[in-house]
Amino acid sequence: MSERFTKGMARNIYYGGSLFFILLFLGLTFDTVTALPDRENRAGLTDTVAEGKEVWEQNDCIGCHTLLGEGAYFAPELGNVFERRGNGNEAAFKAYLNAWINAQPTQAPGRRQMPQFNLSDHEINALAEFLIWTSRIRNNDWPPNVEG
Amino acid sequence: MNQGDTSMKYQSQSVAMPYFVFAIVLFFGQIAFGLIMGLQYIIGDFLFPLIPFNVARMVHTNLLIVWLLFGFMGATYYLVPEEAQRELQSPWLARVLFWVFAIAGTLTIIGYLAVPYARLAELTGNEYFPTMGREFLEQPTITKAGIVLVALGFLYNVGMTVLRGRKTVINMVLMTGLVGLAVMFLFAFYNPSSLTMDKYFWWWVVHLWVEGVWELIMGSILAFVLIKTTGVDREVIEKWLYVIIAMALITGILGTGHHYFFIGAPSYWLWIGSVFSAFEPLPFFMMLLFAFSMVRRRRRNHTNRAATTWALGTSVVAFLGAGVWGFLHTLAPVNYYTHGSQLTAAHGHLAFFGAYAMINLAIISYAVPALRGRPEGNSARAQSLEIASCWLMSLSMLAITVFLTAAGAMQIWLQRWPESGQALSFMATQEKLELFYWLRFGAGVLFAVGLVLYAASFFVGERAGDTAHDAAAATT
Repeated sequence: MSERFTKGMARNIYYGGSLFFILLFLGLTFDTVTALPDRENRAGLTDTVAEGKEVWEQNDCIGCHTLLGEGAYFAPELGNVFERRGNGNEAAFKAYLNAWINAQPTQAPGRRQMPQFNLSDHEINALAEFLIWTSRIRNNDWPPNVEG
Repeated sequence: MNQGDTSMKYQSQSVAMPYFVFAIVLFFGQIAFGLIMGLQYIIGDFLFPLIPFNVARMVHTNLLIVWLLFGFMGATYYLVPEEAQRELQSPWLARVLFWVFAIAGTLTIIGYLAVPYARLAELTGNEYFPTMGREFLEQPTITKAGIVLVALGFLYNVGMTVLRGRKTVINMVLMTGLVGLAVMFLFAFYNPSSLTMDKYFWWWVVHLWVEGVWELIMGSILAFVLIKTTGVDREVIEKWLYVIIAMALITGILGTGHHYFFIGAPSYWLWIGSVFSAFEPLPFFMMLLFAFSMVRRRRRNHTNRAATTWALGTSVVAFLGAGVWGFLHTLAPVNYYTHGSQLTAAHGHLAFFGAYAMINLAIISYAVPALRGRPEGNSARAQSLEIASCWLMSLSMLAITVFLTAAGAMQIWLQRWPESGQALSFMATQEKLELFYWLRFGAGVLFAVGLVLYAASFFVGERAGDTAHDAAAATT
């Protein structure tokens, strides 16, 4: 690097640049946090949805699946599973999810296996509510198609 | 050879040794579980229900994080006294914290493997303070609290040493990185019922670690190794370090936006995330220029060629993994199709290995021989083996990345690109990727061989008649 560009100048760019972008990031965060209730429909975030998120977490679903594209890549995306498996019908989706979770593991030889989590009907219903609520988050229309 | 500048100057630097050894032990565990997962991608029911995929993945990623933290701590204990020109504040505390962290970490891994995750959540009282079940933050809440306690003790110990000693740029940048690491981890305790809020601040731990404060830690460790192995003037090294970390934070902070495209955050993040993360390769490119230009301008031929190889290697592979493979899918219109595919996994593997695994292997390669009374490095035979292991690990990880990239491209083509109705389902697509998964597994086996060679190189002695002078002669 050029001799005219001194260590002091480099240090000032580091301190000044970092401080500027930290403040800008905090400002954008404030704006985002203000916008999120509308984008995710927080009014629809019922106690049952919150309970469903806890079921999701307590069983480490993210260890195999993605949710809004984040997680593991071993099993299907579930942010839009309501559209894929329920076709937009809440009752049909809940019945499907209950049957599916209770049928695990499939024991089909060589196929990826989902464990049996021994969830109650109440817990599966909460999980379904959570996934339905998640599918309605306005997230710039991701994923591109129903397969996730 | 200037003995004083290359060996262990302060007795308390020796507390680094158990941290380095345990880091490598955990690295072995990480790779073992990586191989299990690699097979589960092909033979779906392999080891089921003994080790379900999610458990193997949790162990694989958590071991990675913990061994890197052990490595960072070891590096800190090694270089801070030397930079500060005084003994560590409390070597005793460093030894106690080693055992606390090692035992807590081991118990957590045993917990993952011994009982179903929901049972672990129940046993550790997750319902009273739920933080579990989020990617990479799967640790029980009490483990997270333990991590905070260990971090506080560690920062106190190192911070006092820095404050009371010589304040070099390397020490100050390293301290900033370590404090940032601890502060950002506090967001692991924030787990709101709103999924979008959860995800938004989850990235404050994950992204602001690996594309933020960890780059400060990496930069300062790299600068230390380069000062020691090249003898280039500190003033020059420090100027480079400032430029690198300035770039890292200027691009990386708003670069967080590339994770806010599709989780419900406002649409302006599509632009901010794309623009700033497009510049995120810059700090890694600067590190590459830095490492090669310092080695070219070196004032001494340090006899530890292996450490120099790792220092150059980490700058190259980090640039490829974090820079090139990161840029590949960071623009929003591209990421719309690649998000959460095997392409993401490809990038993650090369970036983590190149930047954070290799910088740890570099400082271990430099410091461990010195800690064992060989300031001039291991024997020439040992170093040849170690350099071979560096090439084998780097090339096999590159191969893993290339095969996963091919798998990702095919996955996008079959599953993401076509319209609904024409697109293949996730599971049907996975079956089409089997060949790539086999190739990835093969590359993974080669990587494991490389790791064994690396560890073995520390136990290779000199042939009768070999001396350090021969080793020195061999490099000139």
